[in-house]
Amino acid sequence: MPTKLIINCETGEQTEVELTAEEIAQREADAAAYAAEQAEREAVEQVKAAAKASAEAKLAALGLTAEEISAL
Amino acid sequence: MANTYTLIASSTVGSGGSAYIEFSSIPSTYTDLCVVFSARSNRSADTDPINLELNGSTINDSSRYLYGDGSSAASGSSTSQTEIARMPAANATASTFGNGLIYIPNYTSSNYKSSSGDSVTENNGTTAYAKLSAGLWSDTSAVTSVKITSQTGNNFVQYSTAYLYGIKNS
Repeated sequence: MPTKLIINCETGEQTEVELTAEEIAQREADAAAYAAEQAEREAVEQVKAAAKASAEAKLAALGLTAEEISAL
Repeated sequence: MANTYTLIASSTVGSGGSAYIEFSSIPSTYTDLCVVFSARSNRSADTDPINLELNGSTINDSSRYLYGDGSSAASGSSTSQTEIARMPAANATASTFGNGLIYIPNYTSSNYKSSSGDSVTENNGTTAYAKLSAGLWSDTSAVTSVKITSQTGNNFVQYSTAYLYGIKNS
């Protein structure tokens, strides 16, 4: 069972207690939200990378050198 | 400008690790709060994002952040959580901990509560980040507890530490 560390600032007492069912559910929701956000971010990056590669290929076809393309 | 820092409480994670580090019953006698931490996660990755929760709330949170790994930079945002920092995780060089600082001004005011975080995960390994974050808890309640947690549902490992300071502006 996961635990949490609670420090009572009035007493200075540090206690380790098991997470409640609600806290475990929140942890799972946070993890799922992170995974979804990460997947979305990676998908956006892949689209951007593909668009960049396509644009570079078109510029090369027009006669630009690699140095000229990277200077843009 | 804040000119005095007072240590309110400190904590060290024990051998079993910990899902959250939470400072409770925070006195209302200061102007601002500051959490200084040294942390590492058991997540199977290079790093792990850290969320900030005020008064245990997981609603009305939002954040924006900027981070870089030495060769590229990126940014992100969230309308559902306060992603305030980042720490090294299980794939980072052994025995390395990241460090960071979270600042919460005017924590007893009746305005919404802003926060800022700066953190680093350097480990002389393949991947490390420096990160700057801005957070907002859209709630007018005075802050009485501050919690930091792994966003991915993992644990702070043993010897992670957190210190809570109170700052008075006079």
